[in-house]
Amino acid sequence: MPAARAATGYASAPGLRAAELLPWAAALVVFFAAPTYVPLGGYVLIIILFALSLDLILGYGGIVTLGHSAYFGLGAYAAGIFAVRVGGDPLAGLAAATAAAALFGLATGAVVLRTRGLALLMLTLAIASIVFEVANKWTEVTGGADGLSDVPVGPILGVFEFDFRGRTAFLYSLAVLAAGWWLVRTIVGSPFGVALAGTRENDVRMQAVGAPVYRRRLRAYTLSAALAGAAGALLTQTTQFVGLSTVSFELSGEILVMLVLGGSGRLYGAFVGPLVYIVARDYLAKQSPEYWTLGIGVLLVLIVLFARGGILGLADRALEALRGSRA
Amino acid sequence: MNARLETRGLHKNFGSLQVTQDVSLRFDSGRRYAVIGPNGAGKTTLFNLLTGELRPTEGRVWLDALDLTALAPDARARAGIGRSFQRSNLFADLSVRDSLAIAVAVRRRVAHVFWRRFGSYRLLAERAEELAAQIGLADELALLVRHLSYGSQRQLEVGLALACEPKVLLLDEPTSGMSPEETAAMQALIAGLPRELTVVVIEHDMDVVFGFAETVVVLDYGRVLAEGSPEAIRASGAVRERYLGHPDDGAAPAGGHGR
Repeated sequence: MPAARAATGYASAPGLRAAELLPWAAALVVFFAAPTYVPLGGYVLIIILFALSLDLILGYGGIVTLGHSAYFGLGAYAAGIFAVRVGGDPLAGLAAATAAAALFGLATGAVVLRTRGLALLMLTLAIASIVFEVANKWTEVTGGADGLSDVPVGPILGVFEFDFRGRTAFLYSLAVLAAGWWLVRTIVGSPFGVALAGTRENDVRMQAVGAPVYRRRLRAYTLSAALAGAAGALLTQTTQFVGLSTVSFELSGEILVMLVLGGSGRLYGAFVGPLVYIVARDYLAKQSPEYWTLGIGVLLVLIVLFARGGILGLADRALEALRGSRA
Repeated sequence: MNARLETRGLHKNFGSLQVTQDVSLRFDSGRRYAVIGPNGAGKTTLFNLLTGELRPTEGRVWLDALDLTALAPDARARAGIGRSFQRSNLFADLSVRDSLAIAVAVRRRVAHVFWRRFGSYRLLAERAEELAAQIGLADELALLVRHLSYGSQRQLEVGLALACEPKVLLLDEPTSGMSPEETAAMQALIAGLPRELTVVVIEHDMDVVFGFAETVVVLDYGRVLAEGSPEAIRASGAVRERYLGHPDDGAAPAGGHGR
């Protein structure tokens, strides 16, 4: 019974597979062959990084959160405020925003992760609401409802200027995403990552075999917050604007939907989900500006009903069926 | 003799319900113990107090000179307490190999490493294979846990506890719900455990109990009703009346503490 066998065990996981290079090849194809899609593509790359950060804690850590935009937004605002008050060097801003989000992730995670399930969900929601209100009310620093516009962004490494066609922004986002992807990929295949998956599967058992579950989860949460912050910083730097939408509850929900759509706990679901979601939204919004959310809703209902494991889960099963019929 | 695991005056109350009352026990190094008693006698609660899933209302738990009472389950596991659960408590969507390898990784202090591939630790996979052989799952290494038979899952329960390389192994009803063949396999597994390991088993099957136990502890309403050799327990009127299902009015109830 081939279906009963683990497709890829951790203990015998192979190295880099050729298919894993596909997203990068696709990104380069868009960059060279479809210049009109480069600005949208750059945005997709940023949201992929955000979804990837969520996959680390949700897909691998089993931590269901509705407040992940808190860290994305914090990074976005930190990058904006850094650029306005300290300087426009993008890498320094990115580092500062990532560090700020990591610290905030550590502080909030220390509280949130003491709870489970619904209580955890509510706490994450509360944290996101607090961040939203701070961004909304602390007008002199955050710009309040107007946000910060015309955020100064210097050339990357003092050389590469951001251009109006979004080409530098695209490659910059691609490079940061690649670094984040490599980090998350390394982690989820490491003993730490596998033990994290163990806590998702059964945290009581993980404790019983001697793993400090809370500490491990907190580490993953902090790292995830840092990556979300980096994604937020990229958005600010590439659009030169940061507003309340980056800390909104809607964004927390949307990123969750995108990850579930792609397939959580699979690393590449974080690539497929945002791509399909954003492209579908773009298309549906053009077709029907009033009712496009209905289309997204129907898509999600179909996925949850018929394709647990998201689009990638569906693809896996299709491949398996194909192999089964050939064998 | 060097006392391994010891409890002194353990009490556990859930509200006004006294589940464990004044339990003082000593589990000596390398000995085999069975804990028996009717349903609701507080056997699993006792285990949970030993492993740290529950904190006692009163009393202390020691492992050698180490006071475990305030320690969380993970710290107790690292100190040397391995347990299996009454209802299988496994990693349903992982393979047998990965399940065991994770537990070994925790034990071998590499589970914090995030920069190397899990698969690059040959030792983890090798140890997982050894454990699988020990618990009779060598042929099922690649199977997902949720696809294992019930008996195999029970064996993996024991394997995960063994992966912690414990000093004291606590098995909570390892044979419950098993077929006779599966029970025999589990008995063989228990019989084959390293001699220096202290083993405490909650068990309902009296044939199993009298097959391996050197000391039998009888719990009733949260108290230690009797403690002694299997022969003494079998002979004890009080125990038979309360538990073994042969009410024998002629026997003296005081015989329970024979040792």
